[in-house]
Amino acid sequence: MNSAVIVFPGSNCDRDLAVAIRDVTGRAPAMVWHRETELPANIGLIGIPGGFSYGDYLRCGAISARSPVMRAVAEAAARGVPVIGICNGFQILTEAGLLPGALMRNAGLDFVCRDVTLTVGQTASPFTSGYRAGETITVPVAHHDGNYNADAATLDRLEGEGRVAFRYAEPVNGSARGIAGIVSERGNVLGMMPHPERRTEAAHGGTDGRRLFEGLLETVGA
Amino acid sequence: MKARIFVTLKNGVLDPQGKAIHHALTGLGFAGVEDVRAGKLIELDLADGTSDQDIEAMCQKLLANTVIENYRIERL
Repeated sequence: MNSAVIVFPGSNCDRDLAVAIRDVTGRAPAMVWHRETELPANIGLIGIPGGFSYGDYLRCGAISARSPVMRAVAEAAARGVPVIGICNGFQILTEAGLLPGALMRNAGLDFVCRDVTLTVGQTASPFTSGYRAGETITVPVAHHDGNYNADAATLDRLEGEGRVAFRYAEPVNGSARGIAGIVSERGNVLGMMPHPERRTEAAHGGTDGRRLFEGLLETVGA
Repeated sequence: MKARIFVTLKNGVLDPQGKAIHHALTGLGFAGVEDVRAGKLIELDLADGTSDQDIEAMCQKLLANTVIENYRIERL
């Protein structure tokens, strides 16, 4: 499978995400600079990494979301290509309009950096196929702006359509209805604040995050 | 020609920064501050002839996230 990780100025999790994808798929993803206008041919997975692109200036993810490459990402997403946005990647996907809602400053104003417990939602997306619905997993978070916000109608729709992929099992950042990650209407775009790529090897303290990539690979194919 | 764009969170959207400032003002002994909303000011230095429509488009496309924010344009 051809995969790509988008590289934005200031991101610091692009290599972590690339390593996780390489280890699970057996093939290193192409690292695609944000000014590119095309993605590799026959792309099977696009990763939008975490980590403070453009220093979080203006709003987290706002400037990256208007990068030239995001037009190609949107086109691929519209064709059904899986896109995973983690942390700042989630912020970029909402700013780009590929996912609804917005990520705001954490309710407690603190930068939260620790392991959190997540509940896997009722979703048949390729990203959650490696988990059981309702299962709890442990994945780290590290963010200042992870407080998910959308109007009540949008939240109702996300819940009603089974698009809440992950929920915090404990209070973390004030997110509406405890939402930690959501998928697009078609299910092929995932945005989540926790970092599954930081929990892929035993040396990381667990492998709960690895199962996301394994499930994805199983659905998408090698 | 300059324009100032004031970006603020919509009413009803939790503003933790405003809350923290409110708390600090109260702590300093300023009574009578009923609420604080924090926002940002973006100053644009524009070429003559930049239309209102262009400035509006800048706000819509980048400067404000209209899911959670309002904006107000002041031309100087």
